[in-house]
Amino acid sequence: MRWAIVRFPGSNCDEDARFALEKVGIRAEYVWHTERDLKGFDGVFLPGGFSYGDYLRAGALAAKSPVMEAVRRFAEEGRYVVGVCNGFQILTEAGLLPGALLANLNLHFTCKEVGVQVERNDLPFTRLYPRGKVLRLPIAHAEGRYYADPETLARLEGEGLVVFRYAPLKDEADYNPNGSLHDIAGIVNEGGNVLGLMPHPERAVDEVLGNADGLPFFLGLVKEVVR
Amino acid sequence: MMEALAEEIGIPKEEYREILQRLGREPNRVELLLFKVMWSEHCAYKNSRPLLKELPKEGEAVLQGPGENAGVVRIGEGWAVAFKIESHNHPSAVEPFQGAATGVGGILRDIMSMGARPIALLDSLRFGPPEGRSRYLFKGVVSGIAFYGNAIGVPTVGGDLYFHEGYRENPLVNAMCLGLLKEEHLKKSRASLGRPIYYAGAKTGRDGIGGAAFASRELKEEKEEDRPAVQVGDPFLGKLLMEATLEAIERDLVEGVQDMGAAGLTSSLAELAHKSGLGVELNLDLVPTREEGMAPEELLLSESQERMVLVPKAGKEAELEAVFRRWGLDCVPVARTIPERVFRVLYRGKVVAEVPTEALAEAPTYVRLAQEDPEIRRLRERPIPPLEADPKEVLKGLLASPNLASREAVYERYDHQVGTRTALLPGQGDAAILWIKGTHLGVAAKVDQNPRYSRLHPRLGAMHALAEACRNVSVVGARPLAYTDGLNLGSPETPEGYYELKETVEGLKEASAALGVPVVSGNVSLYNEAGGRRIPPTAMVGVVGVLDVRRRAEMGFRRPGEVVVLIGEERGSLGASEVLYLLTKEEFGHPPALDLRREKAVQETIRDLIASGLTQTAHDVAEGGLLVALAEMTFPYGLGATVEVREEGLEALFGEAPSRILFTVEKARLQEATLLLEERGLPYRILGETGGKTLTVLTPKGVLEWEVAELKALWQRPLREVLDG
Repeated sequence: MRWAIVRFPGSNCDEDARFALEKVGIRAEYVWHTERDLKGFDGVFLPGGFSYGDYLRAGALAAKSPVMEAVRRFAEEGRYVVGVCNGFQILTEAGLLPGALLANLNLHFTCKEVGVQVERNDLPFTRLYPRGKVLRLPIAHAEGRYYADPETLARLEGEGLVVFRYAPLKDEADYNPNGSLHDIAGIVNEGGNVLGLMPHPERAVDEVLGNADGLPFFLGLVKEVVR
Repeated sequence: MMEALAEEIGIPKEEYREILQRLGREPNRVELLLFKVMWSEHCAYKNSRPLLKELPKEGEAVLQGPGENAGVVRIGEGWAVAFKIESHNHPSAVEPFQGAATGVGGILRDIMSMGARPIALLDSLRFGPPEGRSRYLFKGVVSGIAFYGNAIGVPTVGGDLYFHEGYRENPLVNAMCLGLLKEEHLKKSRASLGRPIYYAGAKTGRDGIGGAAFASRELKEEKEEDRPAVQVGDPFLGKLLMEATLEAIERDLVEGVQDMGAAGLTSSLAELAHKSGLGVELNLDLVPTREEGMAPEELLLSESQERMVLVPKAGKEAELEAVFRRWGLDCVPVARTIPERVFRVLYRGKVVAEVPTEALAEAPTYVRLAQEDPEIRRLRERPIPPLEADPKEVLKGLLASPNLASREAVYERYDHQVGTRTALLPGQGDAAILWIKGTHLGVAAKVDQNPRYSRLHPRLGAMHALAEACRNVSVVGARPLAYTDGLNLGSPETPEGYYELKETVEGLKEASAALGVPVVSGNVSLYNEAGGRRIPPTAMVGVVGVLDVRRRAEMGFRRPGEVVVLIGEERGSLGASEVLYLLTKEEFGHPPALDLRREKAVQETIRDLIASGLTQTAHDVAEGGLLVALAEMTFPYGLGATVEVREEGLEALFGEAPSRILFTVEKARLQEATLLLEERGLPYRILGETGGKTLTVLTPKGVLEWEVAELKALWQRPLREVLDG
């Protein structure tokens, strides 16, 4: 099994993505932003960071880079694309996922662990989690407030495209860290093969780091192919 | 004519005479400006070098001591850690956002210069009380650190933060960075003869001209006018430069690396040549610029950010250029090493400056008259009056005071996890722990200093700073290996200021020798004063230690029914304490005494308790004393405790003293733990037990009880209001 990790100038979670993928035995290779061919890969991972300095708008410039044309074709072929944090922002900017990620309501970068509920577990990314389970996952972003127009939101909810939703870890009232509509933390496309999420499962894959709630996310990718 | 110019730009008369003597002629305008920046305190350590020479620098872990871009220690399995602290005080006082951001960028490049990948940042910050302009500065600095560190993808994992009247006009912003490298990749600022010297990174503009000189004088009233002396940071370019530089080192393309920091091209090339025992010929016409018509002195002194100097290995020039091209960065030869030991500068085909590298690099040093400020002595000797206060309210007041309140609102703005190495997050323990992936090794780091102690007793304050930073590193389970010191003080040109500098260095020397922890790098920032007021002498000490990440301690109580043990005496003292300030709004008295032998034994013992698995929960008893430390241990997991304090009075509950650590042990292993403490001859007290939702303290005068949740809310609120409000 072989996944591509796209490196844009300014990506900074590329090594963390590789760490997580390799931990579950997936061969992870970096692909430069100028690459136009993704042949031979089973999946593509768009890592977090500040691609192109996040100038203009987070993810806006990366969405126009040469590699994104290849990612679009890859997705159209039904193969797996995962975007985390800046990767999610790039997927929405590229139109591969609906909606947009706006500035957090608190107007600043926020790094902390939050509760994230698994809304559906019929996808490779979530198949190893019980449905409804609340994971403890780190977030680290300034623009993570999910926004979409009412029709899009209704469609996302109606078709069950919301995969992750912010939820209380204990009983805290302020569990939504950025003001995302419908507490949305991650969504998938209709095909179920393109996933974007703001929390960082790749930062939570080892007990040495005090958190392994993200490990089943990556193990699920492996199980998919074995099946 | 040049003498008049020398006077105008602030070169003292005796130094001008020294320049004449060293050159054997009158300098031209450009040469005079070179001397001005290279002989600034910031670049030349004129006042501190004779003192710093005395500091212990040897240690079995030391791979590189002071004198390079950063110090390096061996941590095992072929890995090493480069680290250094650096100040960016004056730029931050004028333009807090960019001042702090470029401070972070600068220290990152120092670490890269050693061939190390930066893996963690810490910040040591000092402001006036968080209101008015100090609040604006605090918010700006935090935003600037977040702006640069988050984008470049190096986690900000720790630091320390104090608010104190003495920093109202002159805040302190020091950034510390740790980088990871394989021992064999260690780089230095060196070049062999006849090699081309490459300029890499951002283009040169007119920003930050004279920054080093700006950092070496007192802040004046008209400080807003100094804004052009502040540099502008671009973390995106910084990230590209970091990746390109590290790739070049990884691929073994370079023989020498040097950061372009204070005093820009001048300092980096003069230092490189001087350390290599060679000269250098720089052609300014080859320097990439982003503005037209820059004069030679502007090109020489610009402190434009995100620039490095690289010396390729012979035959690797084209490959080096290709690496930088791929990252979209300039990488061009602008100079070459020459046998004559001179710094020669060409501009439009003509030599515009030629001075011996040694004359530039070896500035005159000063040993001055030292005399203690009688006002400080009076404050220190002032007796502590009898104090009456309700301990229930005092604990609440302390936890909500700016120096003890939760730092969560600050560190939440920093990405503290990127890199997936942060094994102990901010707020979880007394020091940060970075995991070295692929091994069981961890590196712990902490920076510390108490302004009240240092102001009232500079020497003892410096000793406390090193002792406490080492204690914090020990309390998470790590063995301190070495330290870096950020010395921030007032002008050395007054006897009082020089006394404080001298005493601070003496204190570090004494504590360093006793604790067996050498210095490997550091920074000196003098002239931190405004309106004739010196800041408290501030030796920010950053300690790095090593541990087995499987055996470590957090600070929070996790399991009910564990026994809470205090190593050290129950009673502290009130001189220079937080509780004294809370109750009197004044700072006076003698700071707590420090027995370095005891301190060393206490630190060794807590490391042994952690390594043997007897405890996984430990916390230093620092400012605010015993009850504040206990309260802090209840916060992470919301688990309370019931303890008994036998001594009476505020000294027992809130008094401060070093060499004290709280830890927990399960009942079945209590005897093992106490046996160890007795073997080491250390005083200890079994205080009580973890459990419940309250902090309950039995005292000779009755029972004190607080809801953990209520205390935690009081503790979390203040800085969040300051930052977010």
